[in-house]
This record gives sequence, C-alpha cells and structure tokens, in this order.
Amino acid sequence: MANEVFLKLSGIKKSFGGVHALRGVDLEIRRGEIHCLAGENGCGKSTLIKAISGVHEPDEGTIWIDGEEMKHMKPMDAIGKGIQVIYQDFAVFPNLTVAENIALNGELKNKSKFVSWRDVHEVAARAMSQVGANIDPDVRLERLSVANKQLVAICRAIVNDAKLLILDEPTTALTAREVEKLWAIIRSLKEKGIAIMIVNHKLDEIYQIADRLTILRNGAYISSGDISEYDQARFTRDMTGHDIVEDKYAPEKSSEEVLRVEHLSRKGSFEDVSFTMYRGDVLGITGLLGSGRGEIGEALFGLAPADSGTIVLNGRTITIKSVSDAIANEIGYVPEDRLTQGLFMDRSIQDNTIAASIRAYMKGGKLDEKGMEDATNRWIKEIDIKAPSPKPAVRTLSGGNAQKVVIAKWLNTNPKLFILDGPTVGVDIGAKAEIHAILHDLAAKGIGIIVISDDLPELVQNCNRILVMKDGRCTGIIDNSIDEVSLGKMLIGA
Amino acid sequence: MEKKQKLLLGLTSTPMILIYVMAVFCLIAALRQPAFLSPATLINLCRAGIFTMCFAICEMVVIISGGIDVSFPAIGCVAMYVPMWLYNHDMGVDSVFFFFGVAMLIGLVFGILNGVLVSFLKLPPLIATLATSSVASGGLIMLLGTREYTSLPPSLDALYSVNLITFTDPATGFKYPLTILILVPVFLCIIVALIMKYTMLGRGLYAIGGDKNAARVAGFNVIVLQFIAYIFCSVMASATAMIYTTLMHSSTTTALMGEEMIIIAACVVGGCRLTGGHGSVGGTILGVLLITLVRNNLNMLGIPTSWQTFAVGLVLLLGAVLSSIQARRIEKMGKI
Repeated sequence: MANEVFLKLSGIKKSFGGVHALRGVDLEIRRGEIHCLAGENGCGKSTLIKAISGVHEPDEGTIWIDGEEMKHMKPMDAIGKGIQVIYQDFAVFPNLTVAENIALNGELKNKSKFVSWRDVHEVAARAMSQVGANIDPDVRLERLSVANKQLVAICRAIVNDAKLLILDEPTTALTAREVEKLWAIIRSLKEKGIAIMIVNHKLDEIYQIADRLTILRNGAYISSGDISEYDQARFTRDMTGHDIVEDKYAPEKSSEEVLRVEHLSRKGSFEDVSFTMYRGDVLGITGLLGSGRGEIGEALFGLAPADSGTIVLNGRTITIKSVSDAIANEIGYVPEDRLTQGLFMDRSIQDNTIAASIRAYMKGGKLDEKGMEDATNRWIKEIDIKAPSPKPAVRTLSGGNAQKVVIAKWLNTNPKLFILDGPTVGVDIGAKAEIHAILHDLAAKGIGIIVISDDLPELVQNCNRILVMKDGRCTGIIDNSIDEVSLGKMLIGA
Repeated sequence: MEKKQKLLLGLTSTPMILIYVMAVFCLIAALRQPAFLSPATLINLCRAGIFTMCFAICEMVVIISGGIDVSFPAIGCVAMYVPMWLYNHDMGVDSVFFFFGVAMLIGLVFGILNGVLVSFLKLPPLIATLATSSVASGGLIMLLGTREYTSLPPSLDALYSVNLITFTDPATGFKYPLTILILVPVFLCIIVALIMKYTMLGRGLYAIGGDKNAARVAGFNVIVLQFIAYIFCSVMASATAMIYTTLMHSSTTTALMGEEMIIIAACVVGGCRLTGGHGSVGGTILGVLLITLVRNNLNMLGIPTSWQTFAVGLVLLLGAVLSSIQARRIEKMGKI
C-alpha cells in the first residue's frame, strides 16, 4: 500500500490567453505519503492545484486518480474521488459555527434539502476527534485564531472522505509552535493512509515534514525525488535555475563614519546599546524574540523612542522623539509585518512608492502626476520590481515584489539610514538574493543599512557585522567570519 | 466560572437589551397612562406592526444573503396601484385572488430584475435596487398617473371585515377589531424562521452572506441563492403592499416611499449585520416591536408625537451602539 500511486499527472499543459502557466508537468503522489510541491512564486503551483481539483481543465496531458483516467474533470468529480484542497484563506464561513463549517460541505455533497442539527454536531465531533482537535463546536468561526480555522478546514476535508489532502502554503500565517502542531496532525493523517500534498517554498519546513519533493519552475517540471536526495544547494538550484552565489558580504574598508549610536537605552526594552557603522557597512541586529532586537529599530525610527543615549548620523547629533523626527532626519524603516504596517495592499504600486515622499510632489497646491509616475517607473527598473506598469495594486504582486515596493517607498525619500526588520520574511530564494544585492548597493553609496532578523544564515551571509542582543543588552558585535551555528549559540548565551 | 460568564453574556446580549428597553418603555407608559395596559393597546400595536413586520422579514432575508434591497417600497407601490387601476378601468375582476395575484406577479417581475442586476451583472446591491426603485416609481407615475384610490372593491372590503377577535372597551364602548391579516406576518415569521434554520436553502443564504467565495468553493449555487432572496423580498413585499391597501383603504403611487430606511433600521436594531451573514427572525421581531412601540406609543409616555422621528432616531442609535459594543466585546475576549 505504501508505494501505491494515488494521483498521477503527466505532461499537463495549461495556458491563459497565450501565457503558459503550465508547460508540461509530471507529478506522482502515493498513498500515505507527504509530498511537498515547491517552486518560487508564479511557478504555476496554484494553477496545478486547480487542475488537480477540477477547477481548470488542462489543455493537454492526462490525470489519473486511483488508476482511472479522468476526462473533463469538474470540481465535484475531484471531490467525489477524494481530493480535498485547503486554500490559503481556508474558504470557511466566518459567520457560521465550527460544527456547521465542518459538516456543511458533506450535507451539500449528499444533496440533502434539510439540516439535522444533531447530525451536524455528530459529524463535527467525529471529525475533530479524528484529528485531535478540541474546539467548542458552537463558537462562530470569526472568533477562531488562524491555526484553529485551519484545523476546522482540515476537519471539513476529513469529513468528506479525503484520500488526497492538498494544503496551499499552510504555514504562512502560523507561529512556530502552531506549525509543529500542524505537522503532528498531518503525520497522523498520513498514518491513516491519506496522501498529503503541501505547497511550500521554505526549505527548513520541507525537511521537517516531506517524504518526497517535486520542484516546479516557470510552469515546468524540474525534478522530483525522495527528500534525502536534496541538499540545500540542489534545492536552491532547482528552485531558481542558477546557483545562488554564497559569497559572504565583504565591503571595502572605509573610515567614513555613517552612524554612531552611544549608550542608547529604553526602559524595559534595551539598555546601553552602542555601535558605529562606516560607509559600506550592513549591520545585522539579531537576538531571540524579546531580546530587544526589534525595539532598537523602533527606537531609531521614533516609533518607540529611546529614553537616553546619543545618535550621530553623518557627523550630526540628532534627537529622535517621534516618527516625524526620524523622517526629517532622513531615516527609512521597513516594518516586520509589511502587509499591515508597510503597504496599502489595495492601492497601486505608484501610490505605495510615493507614499512616504508625497510632499515632494506637491507643487503649487497640485500633485505632480508625471513626476510621481516617473519616479515609480525608475524604481521599478532600478530594483527590478516585476510589474508591467506602476498601476497594478500591490495585492496582485508576489511576496518578494511587494517587499521591493516597500523598499522603493523608502528609497524614494533618499534616506541616509535605512532600517529593515525581517526584510525577507515570506520572500522566496531568488527574490531574497535580489533584495540583498539592492541593500549592498545602497551601503556602498554611503547609506547606513541595518537589517534586523532572526534568519541567521541570511545574516551571516549578507551583513559584514552582526550585533547580538540578549535580554535587552548587546552581548557583542562580531564580523561575519562566524558560522551560523556558533552565532545561534551566542543568541541563547551558551 | 465559564458558566457564569456565559450567563452574563446571555443576559447582556443585544436581544436581551432590546427586551429590557421595551420593558422599561412599557413600564413608564403604564405608570403614566393606565390605559396603556388595556388590550386595545396590544391590538393597535399588532395592526400597526403588520406591514413593518412583513417588510422587515423580506429585507432580513436579503441582508442575510449579503445584499440590501431599497426598492421594495417602490415595488410595493406599483403592486398596490396597478391592480386597483386595472379594476377601476374595468380590466380586472373583483376577487381577492386577482388583486393579490397581480400584485405578486408584479413583485416577481421586479424581483427578477433585481436578481439579474445583482447576481448576473454583479452590480452593487444598493445601487441596483436604487435604480429599480426609481424605474418602478417613476414608470408608474409616468404611465398611470397619480390618483388615489380610497374605496375598496367589494372583495377586498370583505377581507377587511374579517376579524380574528374584537375587543370592546367596557368604559367607552369603542370596538377594537384585530384583523385576520395579522396571521400573515405570524405565519411568515414561523415559515421563514424554519427555512433559515433547518433547510439547506436557509443555510445557503447565511453561507453566501458570510463568504461568497467560500460558498462557491463549497458547491453552493451563489447566483440562484441571490435570485431567490431578491425574488422572495419583492414578491412578499408586493403582497404586503396589497395588505396595506386593504387595511388602510388607500392605494397611491407613493404610499410606502421612504419606508425602506426604517425597515432596514429595524433589521439592524434586531441584530442583522449589513455586511451579511448575520441576523435572525427572532431578533428582527424584537427590532420591529421596539420601533413600532416607539412610533405609535410615544404619547403614552407624555412625549408629543412631533418628537416621533427624533425618538426613532434614538432607537436607531441605540441599535448601532449596541452592535458596536458587542463587536468590541467579542474582539476583546480574544481569539480561541
């Protein structure tokens, strides 16, 4: 049973209005295995899921489910064959109770006309005990956390007799502990013989959970195999199509001081932090959650100003008590949660790009439309935002491109100091490298770059100096000759 | 502890607060004016609430499905005027079935129009039904003029005289009849409540109101469900308009215009959310009761009737504040 193939795709092609979303994809999923589907944003993962679930009919290629060739498959056929997709937004009903959310789809499938609330509760209780969930069945979904909403979605899939469960990027909104719990549930489903396909592009998570891996790139099948056949280098190569240069960042030595911070303190957050940055430096600030690493960035940008200490930017002592002080002193800041704090998701790239510098375009009581468009176009070109024009809403961009728009927003203010908190969270490998290249360029131009992150390999590779925080104190500033393992030890103070 | 919290939550829920407000209102009225406690008050209240109740149930179904319908007063006017016009131009038969049949047929036509605009053409429901409203109202005046029919045809007059019970005030000898048409909102409430709770049709309406996309993915036919909501609203509102004509002995082209806001208000006070997916027949009944009570019995509190609009405004404010407080409280309780 272990090696029995449940789903087989061969040569799947699909194009939309001349754009080839899928150009010949093969995929094989066996019963009771956890299969990861990896690829950068826009590689065709979503289209492939839609082909498997019957939402899009492929232009060419064949789909076999359970050994049966499927022709003109509709969503209901796929569901009938036991294929259940859990989309990123879970497609649950916020206004209905947990029990009803779990049972409703099954009732629809049975084409029942009436609702028996006793059945609804029974079905929900059974499904929840199967996956080990313990949620009050009478609570409305709008009150649940993301992780519990996901659990409800999984329960609902189980009720519908799932043989293959497809999860589209299930970990993006979860905390590390919630991810652990999710993996436990997925493993228990695997024990029950359910095949699981997870769409993911985070290597460490794939290693934690996957039995096998298939990689797509630009809509084409690249490789597939046992997880043990992939090391990081091969994974990166297959994902991006080229070897990402793993050189550590090493700027030219300079004695031109950009930023000097002395004895910066903020009660309850951090104490007595001092450091100096020279031209070309990219300073990393790291530490565990709650160590004060993020708070330093917030203090320098005036979000939560420091109580005492000196900040000297380009030889001038400055005081930062508010965000407007920081902006007046030409400091830019990319927050950790760019979706809620850094971007207007429904506004255009242009609106976002000029958002922090709009005053500069105010001419005689009118906004200089041409100037704003030119500036946006320049940044699109300069930092390679993949967009046809400044017009599309930021929501339509991939994570990496959205992050570039945040960066463009601050670059358009000509900052002297640029602070980025978690600049590459949720960004895929290729775009990550591009963002780092942009930062290195800026540093060379004399802009101070501070990267706050807990992604140690990334820090070691891209910052020439790293400041380590522990319990609100700086425990050392080191250069990047350190390897990530010893850096990790420093973090916990071992 | 948890039980206590649940009890407290139940006692301070929106419906309970509405009940408290009504109780206080009645208590003050009864203290100031003992006549308030006479069955006559209840009968008057029922009579006054018939249309409001029926319209509110219609609107509630549309709001739950995630839409809104501001066209039902205009449609209702067409539905009450056209049959009377036909009858008075010797083009109709004198039968209750004719009058209600034509009215509901007119409702069906406009319901389909609303359904097409909202579910097929995907117009925003407010704009779509506003357009329908203008077309219906304007078209009626343009084509059939603006008369007022105040005499009922014999068949409707006969319907008007059927009473469930008649209360005779022992002191004054006044008669207070309760029309049999009160059964329409009663049965409407029961049937709609059962449908909303125990059928896939009802749950489907809640589902599309909660998340259209999720409903589509789950396999609900969103277009058909939206159609049903708008058609139900129009047809039922048209029948209600004919009841209005029967009870008020009046049919004009503008009799119901302006009702939409007070009806939507009653729904919202009763717990419907304008974003869709929330609301219940029970809550809507409470909302209608409160608004009818305030509209018709202010004088019992010793407040001049000229304050009516102001008082209704206060009720609305109460409803809005209540739902906002409730939402914030739930938010504060945190995610689970």
